[in-house]
Amino acid sequence: MNNLRNDYYKIVVGLGSCGIAAGANKVYDTFKGIIEKSDVPVTLDETGCMGMCYKEVLVEVINPDGKSVIYGEVTPEKANKIFESHIVEGRPVVEWIVKADDMETSEDSFFSKQMRIVLRRCGVINPESIDEAIAMDAYKAIEKAVKTMTPEQVIEEVLNSGLRGRGGAGFPTGMKWKFARSSEGSTKYIVCNADEGDPGAFMDRSVLEGDPHSVIEGMMIAGYAIGAEEGYIYVRAEYPLAIKRLKIAIKDAEERGFLGKNIFGTDFSFKIKIKEGAGAFVCGEETALLASIEGKRGMPRIRPPFPAVKGLWEKPTNINNVETYANVPYIILHGAAEYAKYGTEKSRGTKVFALAGKIAKGGLVEVPMGIPLREIIYDIGGGTSSGKKFKAVQMGGPSGGCIPAELIDTIIDYDSVNQTGAIMGSGGMIVMDEDNCMIDIARFFLTFTQKESCGKCTFCRIGTKRMLEILERITKGEGKEGDIELLEELSMNIKKNSLCGLGQTAPNPVLTTIKYFRHEYEAHIRDKKCPAKQCKALIEYKILEDKCTGCTACSRVCPVKAISGEVKKVHKIDSSICTRCGACKATCRFGAIIVE
Amino acid sequence: MANKCCCNGRSRYFDKFDEILSKYEGKEADLIPILQNIQDAYGYLPQDILDELCNRTGLHPSQVMGVATFYSQFRLKPTGENLIKLCFGTACHVNGAEKVAEALADELKIEIGGTTEDGRFTLETVACLGCCSLAPVMMIGDETYGRLTPDKARKIIRGFYKNWGE
Ligand SMILES: Cc1cc2nc3c(=O)[nH]c(=O)nc-3n(C[C@H](O)[C@H](O)[C@H](O)COP(=O)(O)O)c2cc1C
Ligand code: SF4
Ligand code: SF4
Ligand code: SF4
Ligand code: FES
Ligand code: FES
Repeated sequence: MNNLRNDYYKIVVGLGSCGIAAGANKVYDTFKGIIEKSDVPVTLDETGCMGMCYKEVLVEVINPDGKSVIYGEVTPEKANKIFESHIVEGRPVVEWIVKADDMETSEDSFFSKQMRIVLRRCGVINPESIDEAIAMDAYKAIEKAVKTMTPEQVIEEVLNSGLRGRGGAGFPTGMKWKFARSSEGSTKYIVCNADEGDPGAFMDRSVLEGDPHSVIEGMMIAGYAIGAEEGYIYVRAEYPLAIKRLKIAIKDAEERGFLGKNIFGTDFSFKIKIKEGAGAFVCGEETALLASIEGKRGMPRIRPPFPAVKGLWEKPTNINNVETYANVPYIILHGAAEYAKYGTEKSRGTKVFALAGKIAKGGLVEVPMGIPLREIIYDIGGGTSSGKKFKAVQMGGPSGGCIPAELIDTIIDYDSVNQTGAIMGSGGMIVMDEDNCMIDIARFFLTFTQKESCGKCTFCRIGTKRMLEILERITKGEGKEGDIELLEELSMNIKKNSLCGLGQTAPNPVLTTIKYFRHEYEAHIRDKKCPAKQCKALIEYKILEDKCTGCTACSRVCPVKAISGEVKKVHKIDSSICTRCGACKATCRFGAIIVE
Repeated sequence: MANKCCCNGRSRYFDKFDEILSKYEGKEADLIPILQNIQDAYGYLPQDILDELCNRTGLHPSQVMGVATFYSQFRLKPTGENLIKLCFGTACHVNGAEKVAEALADELKIEIGGTTEDGRFTLETVACLGCCSLAPVMMIGDETYGRLTPDKARKIIRGFYKNWGE
């Protein structure tokens, strides 16, 4: 991946959040210990998300000739072996390699359909080293912009690239900048939305952790374009590593004179401050976010006036998402036409997705717009993790909807995804298999939005609560005829009468599951059955007499002592005590326990 | 909780607060960062500190409490020694986080959000810990535990008590 030449071996450990969770720090320390004791000269470095989160801990070894090999699922023990064999003896440990310049691996399909623009440096450079970022073109685009382009030309370039906002709604970025530029006022602000509220999405965090300079540079270019000298990055407080790396990046950029006064000897000045969020989903909505920066409760307000006219402290403000800004330097440096080569007519460029859920190869992927969903799920993601039938994918989180298996040939661009009832969203893609109950998923999202509603609008506050109650009733087997229609009616009213996007989109997960999985709703309501065998009130655990060997394993794990039976004799579950925890089924090695 | 130092009254307990406040002008825009710093220093937002904050900055109590209760990050009660953050993000949900939550709640004899009687654990749920490929996931302190099953989660808790010899 990294093409920088070295005189000797270089070991790079992936230290993104997920790598660290999988134990990457221990692997890093192991290498550090070995290198200190060894005579072989080796450099040790770190990087952000390489994308293959499913193979964490990831370690890249770059040979002296610049060729690279990536090892997956590295442990401290494996680290020792890799050092001995690959670096000391020059024999790579082939069976642990997941990607290599000179060799095909079973994981190649994960990358072959990807196109990395936003993630161009993510997982390649050390995110805490501004030199490594500069060696890969960081700050060249802002230099080009301030030295050779007028603000109008910058806006024109962004307009021509076709870039649309990556925070969810897909508004054309160049247009937004044009509005902010034409707004009256000498003080203007740039804001970066790094609130990433979709639970189960991690695109923005990975970009901030892996390549903070791309976001800083994108904000600077926006500042130059609209005439702002100050920027704020609003980051979720739950992202401590992203915040730490942003702080380092800002400090380094200031020291090098990229941020500050008279940048590149011109009269353009720019500074950036970080604001930490405090855990409220609604603060991802732009007007709520601005209120939060001002120190208030994060409540959305009516638009217009739009932030471009009246934003932060009533001044014209341009607000974009992390990924939107990260695209901008590439567009300015390589030109709109180069960027617009990728994608479809109305959705140019690439999109980053966080592929997760029941997917075999979950991780961070960047694909050209227009790619069929099928290729993301199967060619890149390797199908379901369980090997069971793929059922649906949820796009756009709590504001989005599900796309069912029969629409797997849907093209991924804004308009095609909207047509299904889901939305492009910010890039969360949660895969579900046949074991997932779609009513349960709808209930899950409604629980979330209902809790996160700021309470300003009655329909959003009370309506989502009513919907949640109905969904809970259905999953408990207490659904009534007419519930589906009632859900649809409430949905329409909430959509119509809510002030902000949270309320306007909260019914989407319910509406799309009704649209594509109506039969599942009906099975719950009429037959009191959960086809996915998830809803506790509608299932029973049973032991198959002909398969049970009487090994007693299940009765020992049952937390409520619902299983009785003697050694070597058939066991039995008392359904009136059983809490449907599933522990017994997971324990039985003979497949004797079933759910009905 | 033993909040106040008995020997020389106010000073020690409020030292950390004084230091935090000295870094800010105490304007409305500083309120959230100040509260975040207080929570970092004290583990939660103690009422007497919040009262002092209002006195010293002139911010109205309704404003301070309004913000403190609006954002889910802020805690008005202290937590147990070990904070369990169980992920309730979508990826963890579809991989069975709810069953893990039930097992933890049962093992610890508390509800979600509660603290054990012995003060050892508080169980909280959070949205996406960012390691969805390890779902379902929880963090206890700084340590992450992935690919959980209800049984595995129980064993982790028992492991803690065993370590403490309890
Ligand atoms: C409830 C709600 C939550 C949102 N959360 C986010 C978020 O986490 N990140 C984000 O970039 N945009 C979020 N948005 C969209 C923003 O309001 C805004 O449209 C976006 O930041 C604009 O940037 P873009 O044009 O670059 O997409 C959210 C909107 C709503 C209504
Ligand atoms: S729609 Fe919901 S979240 Fe948005 S302003 Fe109204 S009550 Fe608040
Ligand atoms: S674990 Fe399976 S085989 Fe063993 S007693 Fe239970 S049901 Fe029978
Ligand atoms: S599902 Fe859980 S409670 Fe029910 S019998 Fe099995 S182990 Fe016991
Ligand atoms: S965070 Fe490690 S590869 Fe994605
Ligand atoms: S959803 Fe649990 S870690 Fe992402």
